Amino acid sequence: MANREKSGYTIIYASVMVIIVALGLALTHMGLKPQQVRNENIDKMQQILRSLNIDANNKVAEQQYNELITNAYLISADGQKVEGTEGITPENPAFSGEEAAKGVPVFEAEIDGSKKYILSMNGTGLWGAIWGYLAIESDGSTVYGAEFGNAGETPGLGAEIVEPEFRNQFIGKELIKNNEFKSIAVVKPGQSVSDRDYVDGISGGTITSKGVDNMLFNSVKKYDSFLMNLHSDNQ
Amino acid sequence: MALLSGKTKEALLGPLNKNNPVIVQVLGICSALAVTSKLEPAIVMAIAVTVVTALGNVVISLLRKTIPNRIRIIVQLVVVAALVTIVSEVLKAYAYDVNKQLSVYVGLIVTNCILMGRLEAFALGNGPWASFLDGIGNGIGYGWILVAVGFVREIFGSGTLFGHEVIPQSFYNMGYENNGFMMLAPMALILVAIIIWIHRTKNKELQEEA
Repeated sequence: MANREKSGYTIIYASVMVIIVALGLALTHMGLKPQQVRNENIDKMQQILRSLNIDANNKVAEQQYNELITNAYLISADGQKVEGTEGITPENPAFSGEEAAKGVPVFEAEIDGSKKYILSMNGTGLWGAIWGYLAIESDGSTVYGAEFGNAGETPGLGAEIVEPEFRNQFIGKELIKNNEFKSIAVVKPGQSVSDRDYVDGISGGTITSKGVDNMLFNSVKKYDSFLMNLHSDNQ
Repeated sequence: MALLSGKTKEALLGPLNKNNPVIVQVLGICSALAVTSKLEPAIVMAIAVTVVTALGNVVISLLRKTIPNRIRIIVQLVVVAALVTIVSEVLKAYAYDVNKQLSVYVGLIVTNCILMGRLEAFALGNGPWASFLDGIGNGIGYGWILVAVGFVREIFGSGTLFGHEVIPQSFYNMGYENNGFMMLAPMALILVAIIIWIHRTKNKELQEEA
């Protein structure tokens, strides 16, 4: 065997090793990719269902999603449906998040004969991304349910936004006041705001709560025209 | 054929008790705190670490006569990192929910001192079979502490096991409450300390001079 301590041997050894390892990892990744994508899609369906106050486990989520969600599409800034973006399957732009330049996604659901609209939200918390889904009644203003997720907020503090105790506060709150989009404020527990509906934030999770507050305004603002159209149609 | 001769037997069984990586060598404490608030992630983590330690040991043991001494730590790291990435990918594909609970801690197996410790101290100087047993032994030695801590924390912290209610409703009606402190990381440290206390009481030779 070659001298183990020679530089040439060391360099060749290292090179061959990384090539073999890289090849092995690439193959593993490609082999498992379809299953992983499936899991991610099911996770997203579970989140959308939770915004409708339905806690589906990962075995029934896909079926329930297909039953309840009747349509999905992108809407443009002026509140109109973007042509050619309809469809609820993971390949369609509303679900996949592709073609985000064209508009923001809306999912339509039918629950007990009444229509709900599910909006998607994105923002930042303290440590990283937060996101969520907001289900709105057909009046374009009243919240039917809310779901939040986070990439890495502090467990026990900021990460509490995913818990039903926080989420359920949004039910029945109104986004539109006096024919103007106001969103819903997240305030320090005990405080209040006068011009819009509000919910209590998380004690000790101030920055995450602030992030949810911003997300509720900035992301839902993009649906402004869409919601106002719904609102005026129903008055 | 002595599959389990004195030395290999010691490699397998030593880490379970007198040479335990967590309660005697005090390695891998960080993940023991982080993933033990529930039993299921604790078990998955235990299995993941056992698999990585065992396979890493075997690979390094097979390569031990070829590895250039100057880059041996790098070689060990690459092997461990590759194995951990594979484990992480497999979990993402087949145990997505648990993987979400474990979050970064699967990736952080790479930095678990038990692994590098075993590769450096054992696999570089022993054959593949003994190294394999040593890896399994250390993985299980680490794992049983995690499972014990996870069991206590879940049952007293959430009143559940594997997510199923085990504390009867009548207890709650009588005023029993789940102990929120169990869910916090310091409690894991206290539980590990209690295990160490009992263990040292039984094994007086492990006690340090005061």
